[in-house]
Amino acid sequence: MMLHYFLRRTFLIAFVFVALTVLAFSLSYLFPGEVLNNVSGLTTIAPEQQQELIQYYALDQSVLMQYLGYVHRILAGEWGLSFSSQQPVLTEIIAVFPATLELAGYALILSFILGIPLGLFAAVKADSFFGKLISGITLVAYSIPIFWWALLLIMLFSLTLGLLPTAGRINVLFDIPTTTGFMLPDIWLSDISYKSEATQDALRHLLLPAIVLATYPTTVMIRFTRDSMLAVLEQSYIKTARAKGLSRAQVLYHHGLRNALLPVIRQIGLQFSTLITLAMITEIIFSWPGIGQWLLDSIYQRNYPAIQGGLLVVSCLVIVVNMLTEILHTLFNPLARKA
Amino acid sequence: MIKALLSLMVPCGSVLILSACQPDIPETIQQGMVYCSEGSPESFNPQRVTSGTTIDAISQQLYDRLLDIDPASGELLPALATQWRLSEDGKTYWFTLRPDVQFHHTAFFSPGRTLNAKDVTFTFNRITRTDHPYHAAGGAIYPYFQSVDWGSLVKAVVAENSNTVRFELSRPDSSFLSNLATDFAAILSAEYAEQLLQQNQPELLDQRPIGTGPFFFKEYKKNQFIRYYRHPEYWRGKVELTQLVFDLVPDNAKRMAKLLTHECDVVAYPRNAELKLIAERPDVEVQSQISMNVGFWAFNTQKPPFDNVLVRKALAYAINKDAILDAVYFGYADKAKTLLPPTSWAFYHDLPEQEYNPLKAKELLAQAGYPNGFSMDIWAMPVQRLYNPNALKMAELMQADLAKIGVKASIVSFEWNSFRRKLSEFEHDSVLIGWAADNADPDNFFRPLLSCSAAESGSNRANWCDPNFDTLINQALLTADIKQRRSFYLTAQLYLDEQMPLVSIAHSKRFQAKSVKITGVTINPYGGISMAAARKSL
Repeated sequence: MMLHYFLRRTFLIAFVFVALTVLAFSLSYLFPGEVLNNVSGLTTIAPEQQQELIQYYALDQSVLMQYLGYVHRILAGEWGLSFSSQQPVLTEIIAVFPATLELAGYALILSFILGIPLGLFAAVKADSFFGKLISGITLVAYSIPIFWWALLLIMLFSLTLGLLPTAGRINVLFDIPTTTGFMLPDIWLSDISYKSEATQDALRHLLLPAIVLATYPTTVMIRFTRDSMLAVLEQSYIKTARAKGLSRAQVLYHHGLRNALLPVIRQIGLQFSTLITLAMITEIIFSWPGIGQWLLDSIYQRNYPAIQGGLLVVSCLVIVVNMLTEILHTLFNPLARKA
Repeated sequence: MIKALLSLMVPCGSVLILSACQPDIPETIQQGMVYCSEGSPESFNPQRVTSGTTIDAISQQLYDRLLDIDPASGELLPALATQWRLSEDGKTYWFTLRPDVQFHHTAFFSPGRTLNAKDVTFTFNRITRTDHPYHAAGGAIYPYFQSVDWGSLVKAVVAENSNTVRFELSRPDSSFLSNLATDFAAILSAEYAEQLLQQNQPELLDQRPIGTGPFFFKEYKKNQFIRYYRHPEYWRGKVELTQLVFDLVPDNAKRMAKLLTHECDVVAYPRNAELKLIAERPDVEVQSQISMNVGFWAFNTQKPPFDNVLVRKALAYAINKDAILDAVYFGYADKAKTLLPPTSWAFYHDLPEQEYNPLKAKELLAQAGYPNGFSMDIWAMPVQRLYNPNALKMAELMQADLAKIGVKASIVSFEWNSFRRKLSEFEHDSVLIGWAADNADPDNFFRPLLSCSAAESGSNRANWCDPNFDTLINQALLTADIKQRRSFYLTAQLYLDEQMPLVSIAHSKRFQAKSVKITGVTINPYGGISMAAARKSL
């Protein structure tokens, strides 16, 4: 049964990838400028080079062959050159992507830590003052435009109180060699003598962007946990469990929480694309050197090969995360497997 | 949780035990400085660029030149060359090189020898000799040297022995030494270039630099930062800063915020409008320096009615420069009398100031045959430059001034690249633009802006070709006697005042804002900033 389910999912994901690559492939033809420049990423092509490149990129053959060649190159890691730097696009993406993943990851964790307990509390004490307060604050936080919220926090914590830095991942004077591209692991893997200071500094840089980015998913988490917990608490099996003599805590933990969190898992996948969009805005405000900043610069510079590669990576990530949460949801929920 | 957050916000845990603060932080961080720059460098070789942003970041920090310019007097000082002499006919120069000058020792290069004549011939032959292995690397682009016609001037650069270099010129040129002292004439390492050729990576010469300067290159993260470390064997003596980081922050407001939160120690180009505000803070200091630049309004002198000198003079009388200085430069600029800034040795101090007199302007217009005025375009450059921080606003003010004498002006602006292209094709009536000098020689103002050859190449925004003027500035170059040169330049300024191909408006000051902990960062009026003497007090 499970195997059948995985097979179906795999087919689906393969189909989505094909659709994505077709879209990315066609961009080379839809963007302004010469197709040969767009696919190779070379800004200047010498006439004697031209024929060789046309053959290499199969531009003299049918569209299907060109597409197959494109997919082959993508899989082989050959993503063309960036117009602005003439460096391989994939190398640039690998350099900036971990920063985005790091920021989004910490924000997501933060939203779990805050969102789920607060949501549960708001459900269990739905009629109390604190329950209503949480619901109220959630609504406000959900509606705040993220760039405004970020500026407010910078004004307060950085400019007025002078407690936190306004930009970047770490004090630029800290010379941390890049191994993984993720700041905290890089600090721990390095052989510097001031690891704890560097860690503390990196966390101080992380704090504001992570709070800003976590705001939206946290509110979503609170609302979903609260609603789904309220729904579960209405179920007759909860009443039965209480009638059997289980304590309130036991009922909540064993019967309530597990059932209530199922739809929440699914929400993560659905909200992930919003999270990535918000991460890009956060990156711009806090000069966080991630893929959002890089992609925006590429758009400004009409750097088509970079836009193409960046879009492919970001959309693949969203799809993969979506798929993973679907699978997780199914693993935890026998009902979904049958459906 | 809250306690943990608080401890993050307060650096090193507690404010009370400040003395025990940051015990393990090494000197490279405590004695490091962060300079927040306005943009990314295009290259790490000064020969290959002209942009001030790049020159600020690379030239004075990584390299040395044969000669330096004294920022105060504009005189030439020995640098990598300890002495120099000139032949009788003014066409041959000999330079004696300083002994024991060490190149940078980095992760990618270990120098096997000190500076010698080979490095100098390598550096300058790269520009002119097409058989040089590096000449064509990166497209044979040497914009500064091309602009001063270096190729036709310098016939040969020869190493006479290991510490003497001979430059043979095709004609005497008294601005030659000034050109050698510009930030563009940095001396590269021939040994490093050879190593790169063997490794088959010649392109790295301009990307992973080796020089003799006060700092050596550690890493560059595009759009993020450039990291330099102190060159321990710098020939001028000990550099105080252990580390120098250029934080690349193109956004003006972000740069300012980072200064206030002490993420930046020094900030380039604070906005004029904010200078007063930040100067009030006790932890921040604003420095200013007269800079060798000029903002001007150039007429297309080949197009009627601007081919009539009376019309040009009338327009000059119509402009209220004081109002422009207040509104556009916020008072942080000197009113310009002529192209040259008052700090130049050739400046004509007794030149009468251009008067603001709309009545006189109307009279002149009537004399020229335009009693009812006419319509014209003012092209305003779309970017912010030191010499003109806001050309659009300036154009609006001038529009109002011109309306008073019956001239109807419309403002035109394009995207910067097409703007410059259309300008060099002389599609404009008049344009608001300017010039920043690369060296202390007055020739650097007159020749690129108003000579006939500049009109041909398109950089003469007034499209003005006057044989009388060209003779004056050419004669000034043929002699090395500074008094004679000065008298030629005074005549040239007087002639410009009569002919008025352009109206000089202002010489702007250059500003930087810095933390009070930092001293010794000097802005050079002729170009790049230098951090060699900077120090940080804790």
